[in-house]
Amino acid sequence: MKMINKKVASVFLVGILTVGLFAGCDKAADNQTGEEYLSIVGSTSVTPVVTKLADAYMAKNDGVKIDVQGIGSSAGVKAAYDKSADVGMSSRNLKEEEKQWGLTETIIAYDGIAVSVHPSNATAKLTTDQVKDVFEGTITNWSEIGGKDEEIIVVSREDGSGTRGAFEGLVGLVAKDADGNKYSTLVEDALIADGNGAVKANIASKENAIGYLSFSYLDESVKTLSINDVKPLVGNIENGTYEISRPFLLLTNDAITNLANDFIEYILSDEGQSIVAEKLITVK
Amino acid sequence: MNIENETLKKKLISKNRMAENIFSKIFFLSALISIMSLIVIIVFVFAKGVPAILEIGLMDFVFGKLWRPSSNDFGILPMILGSIYATIGALLIGVPIGILTAVYISEIATKKIRRIIIPMVELLAGIPSVIYGFFGLIVIIPLIDKGFDNGGNSLLAAMIILGIMILPTIINISDASLRAVPKEYRENSLALGASKIQTIFGVVLPAAKSGVLTAVVLGLGRAIGETMAVILVAGNSPQIPNSIFDRFRSMTANIAIEMGYAFGLHQEALFATGVVLFVFIIILNLGLNLFIRKVGD
Repeated sequence: MKMINKKVASVFLVGILTVGLFAGCDKAADNQTGEEYLSIVGSTSVTPVVTKLADAYMAKNDGVKIDVQGIGSSAGVKAAYDKSADVGMSSRNLKEEEKQWGLTETIIAYDGIAVSVHPSNATAKLTTDQVKDVFEGTITNWSEIGGKDEEIIVVSREDGSGTRGAFEGLVGLVAKDADGNKYSTLVEDALIADGNGAVKANIASKENAIGYLSFSYLDESVKTLSINDVKPLVGNIENGTYEISRPFLLLTNDAITNLANDFIEYILSDEGQSIVAEKLITVK
Repeated sequence: MNIENETLKKKLISKNRMAENIFSKIFFLSALISIMSLIVIIVFVFAKGVPAILEIGLMDFVFGKLWRPSSNDFGILPMILGSIYATIGALLIGVPIGILTAVYISEIATKKIRRIIIPMVELLAGIPSVIYGFFGLIVIIPLIDKGFDNGGNSLLAAMIILGIMILPTIINISDASLRAVPKEYRENSLALGASKIQTIFGVVLPAAKSGVLTAVVLGLGRAIGETMAVILVAGNSPQIPNSIFDRFRSMTANIAIEMGYAFGLHQEALFATGVVLFVFIIILNLGLNLFIRKVGD
C-alpha cells in the first residue's frame, strides 16, 4: 500500500516537474524578447563573411543577437520568400522563377570561384574550355592537361548549390533540353561533396582530385589553378581579368525589420566593407 | 472493531484498483504515442511523396537511370541499386563475422573472456554513425585509394563501414538466441560422440536458426537505412555502380544531401525517394519474416 502511494506520488511529482519545465521555457522565451533577434540563412559560401560581419556588429550593438546559418542558396532564397528567416543569403543570381517572388536583392560582395587541385599536382593552369572538358568528362586523364598519367577525380557540389550553379553557368557546363530547361552537364561519376568544406577536404586528401571552391575557403591545403593564364586573385576579379566570379546577395522580403535594415547598412558601410575586403571583393 | 477493519480493507482495495486503473491508462497512452508517431510519419511522407511520383510517373521514377533535378529528370534506379548493392556487401562482410563471433562468445569462450567481449560489442553499438563515417573517411578511404587508385570513395568503402556497423546487432541477437538453445541439445549431441564443432554447427546453430535469421534481418535494416556514414564514404555520384570500386549514392544519402537545397518538385521527389525506401523496407521485412517463419519451423 505504502509503495503504491509512493508510486502515485512520484507520478504526480513527474507531472509537476514537467509543467515546471514548460513554465521555465516560457520564462526563457520572455527574456529573449528583451533583445533584438535577427535570423539569416542561406548559402554556405556567404556564411563565413556574414558571420564575421555579424560578430563585429554584435560587438558594437548591445542586446542584438544575429543567428547565421549555412543551409544553401536555394534554401536561403526560399526562407526569405516564405519568411521563415529575416534575411536570405545567396551565392548566385536569382533564377527566373525566384525573381517573381518580389524579394529585394542587395549585393554585399563579389566572390571568385577557384578551380583547385591537390598541392602536389603539377598542373598550374587551364583554359576555360579545358575546365569545361574536365568537368564534363571529355578530358579524363591528367596527362592530357600537363600532369601525370593518372585518372582525374572530379569533385563537385550537390545539385542546388549556389557555388555549383554559378560555376556551371560561368564555365558553360549547362545545356538545354527539349523543353528549354537548363540542366547541368557535369560528368556522371563526379564525386559529390556537400558543402565547400567537404569539397576542400576531398581535394586536400586526394592527389588526383579537381574541384572548385569559393575564395573564402581557400588555404594552403589546396592549390589553385590559373584560368586562361589569370591567377585567381581578388585583384584580378576587380580588374575584370579573372572571369569565374559571382555576386553574394542578401535577400529581404517586404516584412524587413529595422534591425535587418541597419545590419545591411552596416555591411555596406566602409567598416563593413573593410571586413568583406579581407577575402572577397567589395561592392563599389 | 471488526466492522471498522472490514471498511478499512474495502477502502484499501478500492484505492488499489484506482492505482491499477491509472497505471494501465499510462501504459496505454505510451503505446498510443508510438503508434501515433508511426502513423503520422507514414501519412506525412506519403502525402508529400506520392504526388511527386504521380507527376513524374511511377515507372520513370523507379526505373529512370538519370537523376538530374535541374532538367527535371528524377530517376532513382541508381540509388535503389546503390542501396541494394551496399546492403548485400555489408551482409557478406558482417553476417559471417557476426555469427561466428556470437558462436564464440556463447559456446566457446570462457566466462572471463565473455565478460570482456560483450561490453565491447555493446560499445560498438553505441558509437554514433557519423563517427563510423569519419573513421571510413580518414582510414578506409585512403587505404582503398592507395590500393586501387580510384579516389577511395566507393561502394567497397560503404560495404566495409556498414559491415562493421551491423556487427553488434547480429552478434547480440545471435548470441541471445544461441544461449536460449536448451543445454540438453548440446549434452545429447556430445554424448552421441559429436565433437564440439560438430555440435555447434550440426545442432546448436540449426536450433537457433530463427533467432539468427532475425539478427540478419535487423542488420539488413540497419544497413539499408544508414545515412550519415554512407554519405561520408560513398562519393555520392548518382550513377549505377558497375564495380565495387565505383562511387555510388544510396537512397538515404540522396534525401539527406539534397534536402537542404531542394524546393518545388525536386523537394517532393526527395520525399518520394523516402516513400520508395519505406515501401522497400516494408516489403523486405514482411518477406523475410515470412521466410524466417517457414524456415524456423
